[in-house]
Amino acid sequence: MVGWAIALHGGAGDIPFNLPDERRIPRETALGRCLDLGVSALKSGKHPLDVTELVVRELENHPDFNAGKGSVLTEQGTVEMEASIMEGKTKRCGAVSGLTTVVNPISVARLVMEKTPHIYLAFDAAEAFARAHGVETVEPSHFITPENIARLKQAKEFNRVQLDYTAPTPEIRGDSQIGTVGCVAVDNAGNLASATSTGGYVNKMVGRIGDTPVIGVGTYANHLCAVSATGKGEYIIRATVAREVAAVMEYKGLSLAEAAAYAVEQSGPKGTCGLVAVSANGEVAMPFNTTGMFRACATEDGYTEIAIWPKN
Amino acid sequence: MGGWAIAIQGAAGDIPIDLPDERRIPRLNALRYCLDLGVSALKSGKSPLDVTELVVRELENNPEFNAGKGSVLTTEGTVEMEASIMDGKTKRCGAVSGLTTVVNPISLARLVMEKTPHIYLAFDAAEAFARAHGVETVEPSHFITPYNIARLKQVKELNRVQLDHKEPQIYGDSQTGTVGCVAVDRAGNLASATSTGGHVNKMVGRIGDTPIIGAGTYANHLCAVSATGKGEMIIRGTVARDVAALMEFKGMSLAEAAACAVDRSGPRGTCGLVAVSASGEVAMPFNTTGMFRACATEDGFVEVAIWPKN
Repeated sequence: MVGWAIALHGGAGDIPFNLPDERRIPRETALGRCLDLGVSALKSGKHPLDVTELVVRELENHPDFNAGKGSVLTEQGTVEMEASIMEGKTKRCGAVSGLTTVVNPISVARLVMEKTPHIYLAFDAAEAFARAHGVETVEPSHFITPENIARLKQAKEFNRVQLDYTAPTPEIRGDSQIGTVGCVAVDNAGNLASATSTGGYVNKMVGRIGDTPVIGVGTYANHLCAVSATGKGEYIIRATVAREVAAVMEYKGLSLAEAAAYAVEQSGPKGTCGLVAVSANGEVAMPFNTTGMFRACATEDGYTEIAIWPKN
Repeated sequence: MGGWAIAIQGAAGDIPIDLPDERRIPRLNALRYCLDLGVSALKSGKSPLDVTELVVRELENNPEFNAGKGSVLTTEGTVEMEASIMDGKTKRCGAVSGLTTVVNPISLARLVMEKTPHIYLAFDAAEAFARAHGVETVEPSHFITPYNIARLKQVKELNRVQLDHKEPQIYGDSQTGTVGCVAVDRAGNLASATSTGGHVNKMVGRIGDTPIIGAGTYANHLCAVSATGKGEMIIRGTVARDVAALMEFKGMSLAEAAACAVDRSGPRGTCGLVAVSASGEVAMPFNTTGMFRACATEDGFVEVAIWPKN
């Protein structure tokens, strides 16, 4: 067993290199802050399940990321949030979809895992479950930001579903640099966990479920690794991306880095996805085949990274 | 490339060996009927996507199986159906959850795949989508059978979630679970389709393994898989995906990979699956007491069974 490690992402996509400071700096700062939060939690002995949940809650609360407050809007201008969480050693997991008033979807996903005999609850029933458990809820308008109202308008003008990183007309709104949020962590004992949360696709059909709440697709953890994926949901589903990382490690003996790179590569054409992953022995991988991915990681042996675009 | 092949499941679980004739025979007959339908369709050149959809529609319409009409009931006595379908060569897929009035959930899953840029629609929106596309809908009461009303009552008395195969002393058979079909044609086109009403007494809004791509349903260029059993275990075990992963990454045969995936899914009594490979092989392993199943291959092998063969 090696040291602890943590990695988190704020979405992969076509993040333009000329992203203005006022769009870039708040996000980088948030990534740094979440990384510190997560590292402190790991150092103080918190279980990776607790660590990933608290980091994702932080990202959900931040309006610049596509999860919780700041979620992108459905075609009807509403917010529908989904999330999932998974613990590696036991493979216990929880997932929710279709939340409209719950401040922290990732925490409801965890409640489903811990308080019900089920894994996945959705829509009205998930909302009712949240209330029954005294989870914090607010008016739906809480989650809606002016940027996302503008982004929906832009997407409708183009009359197509858009992963909110594509910025085909920089002159209208040059940045759509938000996607999904996620966190993976491992402690000294090799306990692993993964947590992912999102508002989904800009202009998505009401009731559309993406990759984020699908275990094995957007989120996965077993005794070898923990993975959280982000990108074009439909591609990630078809490629069962998160499970793929663990499967090639286990069945082909690939290292975390090789397995993570492989899973991203076979997920689809360039611009499809990215992921963050940690292994039971404290390694980290953060591959992506998009222009960029908001990401951050740290390992016990002192490695730290906060970045958006590729390193080269 | 081998010949065509098809396999069908009508659920795995604790099917008692002394299942009375009136509960056993109609289901066996239905399996045979569906197998013939599927085989004819394959022989006439229909794509596996069409074949698996039509077989699952047939099983959804049969009130003896836990899908469509005859679905088990939620804790509130309602029906919430889910389904998914996947095409192996393209990996296109479609899934639906939370249907209450749609006669054939599997067909709606296919429509989501073919008529939207998405894969998975659920609950009110899925129902609205069905209506917008003129899909056949009926009153929710259509799906509810006296048998399932009684089973729900039984389970509530026992106050636990049950995969509906248990408790022989009150109702000796509760041998319904999920329905599914996998098929391959001579050209190696593969498809998988799965449909269910879920767990008896499940929480309203609970989604199981059936609409989860990689868990209850999966198909790629190597094989097509449809799983059945304890939904939460199948999700954790990513069972359907694992069959293909073991073939692809460990070079296992279909039979080995299918058996291994079932074995790893959990303790005995967890699950079963049906699978076909691109080269026309069939596998139908299960670690439960029994699994309603049927299969046929082009070289003449046919099997319709409930319990293990030995």
